Amino acid sequence: MTQSVITQAPADGADVAVAASNPRLRWILLAAGLVAALALPWFVYPPVAMDIVALALFAIALDILLGYTGLLSFGHAAFWGSSAYVTGLIATHYGLPFPVAVIGGAVFAMILALPIGYVSVRRSGIYFAMVTLAFAQMVYFIGYQWSDLTGGENGLQGVPRSFFGIEAVETDSFYFYYAALPILLFGMWAAWRIVHSPFGRVLVSIRDNAPRARALGYEVDKYKAVAFVLSAGLTGLAGGVFAISHGFVALTELHWTTSGDVVLMTVLGGIGTLWGGIVGAFLTVMLADYLASSGFHGIDLITGSVFVLVVLLFRRGVWGTVRHQWNSRRRRRTTSGEGTGR
Amino acid sequence: MSAVVQYAVQGLAAGSFYALAALGLAVIFGVLGVVNFAHGAFYMLGAVATAVLLDTLDLTLWWSLLVVPVLMFGFGVVVELLLVQWLLRLDPLYNLLLTFGLTLVLVELVKQRYGVSGLPYRLPGGLQGRVDLSGVVLPRYQLFVLLFSVAVCVLVWLVMTRTRIGMIVRAATEKPELARALGINVGRWVTPVFGFGVALAGLAGVLAAPFRAITAEMGNNFAIILFAVVVIGGLGSIVGAVVAGFLVGLVEAFGQAYAPTFAQILIFVLMALVILIRPAGLFGRQEATT
Repeated sequence: MTQSVITQAPADGADVAVAASNPRLRWILLAAGLVAALALPWFVYPPVAMDIVALALFAIALDILLGYTGLLSFGHAAFWGSSAYVTGLIATHYGLPFPVAVIGGAVFAMILALPIGYVSVRRSGIYFAMVTLAFAQMVYFIGYQWSDLTGGENGLQGVPRSFFGIEAVETDSFYFYYAALPILLFGMWAAWRIVHSPFGRVLVSIRDNAPRARALGYEVDKYKAVAFVLSAGLTGLAGGVFAISHGFVALTELHWTTSGDVVLMTVLGGIGTLWGGIVGAFLTVMLADYLASSGFHGIDLITGSVFVLVVLLFRRGVWGTVRHQWNSRRRRRTTSGEGTGR
Repeated sequence: MSAVVQYAVQGLAAGSFYALAALGLAVIFGVLGVVNFAHGAFYMLGAVATAVLLDTLDLTLWWSLLVVPVLMFGFGVVVELLLVQWLLRLDPLYNLLLTFGLTLVLVELVKQRYGVSGLPYRLPGGLQGRVDLSGVVLPRYQLFVLLFSVAVCVLVWLVMTRTRIGMIVRAATEKPELARALGINVGRWVTPVFGFGVALAGLAGVLAAPFRAITAEMGNNFAIILFAVVVIGGLGSIVGAVVAGFLVGLVEAFGQAYAPTFAQILIFVLMALVILIRPAGLFGRQEATT
């Protein structure tokens, strides 16, 4: 029972196939995504647009583990938040250009992920979720206690946004968006490369049948640990940009609810799709923004209800559903009868 | 010396909450294969219900110890029938996510209704004050909590080992396929066992009500420590949950006494050590490591 893997339940084999079979469609999607990313701050308040893209990378990084390795990390706030703090501290104390600070944060997140990953990958399935959650809570307490460095409950205030003295970027969120976007797009590209590489294929085989992967000579735990560290690094990139964008790091970034929120984004968008993370982040941030501006308190009520409903009724997620419909329609068209029964 | 005993009793009393709630978590996991994230929220509801019952109906702690677990049992049954049961055939991670969402909803509802500041609670007169046990002065209520929860754990243990129901539940916990093959209707026990586990979490909440600040958030960290407890004890193991519960309570109490900065962190370090040395937990079956 505990052996099974989360992605097997909602999607049939064809849906989860890693390589999309239509390269032209993929290029169209990529172009559309790029245009959408470039156009976003024209339609959405730029800091909110930045949140969307940063959280999208966060959700994608989580999906490397959840969708492609079959590991649900319930503790990714540890990497998101610690990178935010380290990025903020580097920017505050050394006045370096923000991309350097963000890279520093991401490297720190990866270093932190080494011991946590090393211990956590010894357990899989439900245990992995519980263990990562517990370790993230430990990191939260460290952040809380070490208030000389982190500011404790007050957070890290006044993080500067330094960018080679280009004033437009440093003061205007609109231009900052375009300065920070390449970092996040690089992260998404890296995620795409990871899951489509031979390494990524091994991860998928571990997800689908770990004993068999082991029997074929792959060191399963090592692959899982590397995936964990890479995912943490991409999460760190996102968290660092988030910290610079806000000019402030709150203790909430390390909190377990942050870990939960990003799981929701990934599940809502569709597990094992990468694109789903973007959709999930967009929907979640826009909803939160709308609720906040309409004076509604108690966003957790909505978040929690959406969580329950998605898990009960909509496990494929938005992107997963779209892809499933697309695939099954095409299958019906090409091979009449063969694929319709599924 | 007397200080050490005081810390030990304090730790064991705090461990009682963990032990009772972890016992519920372990039984639910055993029979349903569900890790109930909302266990901390149920614990919180137990404490809130205790405070509200005192405030509105003037029910003292003695009555709450009886009434609240029954109410929580009913609530657990409703949750199981409405939500949890639909995902039992799928990967257990889905129910983890479901109960996570439920936790957010329950905590927020309590926050909206009763605010963020704690609810007041006063102890019945008989449990106030301190007792002097040949030089060691202990709060009477801590001793009561300790004795009461040990009694409950022993009672559950007796039911599990000495009665037919207990044997069926244990068989369903440890070897569900074999139990089914022997003609036991495992499915029949799923809903009551979930309710029972929730009732235990609620009972821990009742005992914690006079002891802790009663807030909507009180169950959040509790739930995460509970996870550490069952990982340390071995997730399928009932004895492991109880022993690890008391152990974690001790670690917390002595940590707070001698290294307050690291008290919370110590628990997770202990968990990491257990995973490294005995991946299946102290009382888990060692072959079941994945």
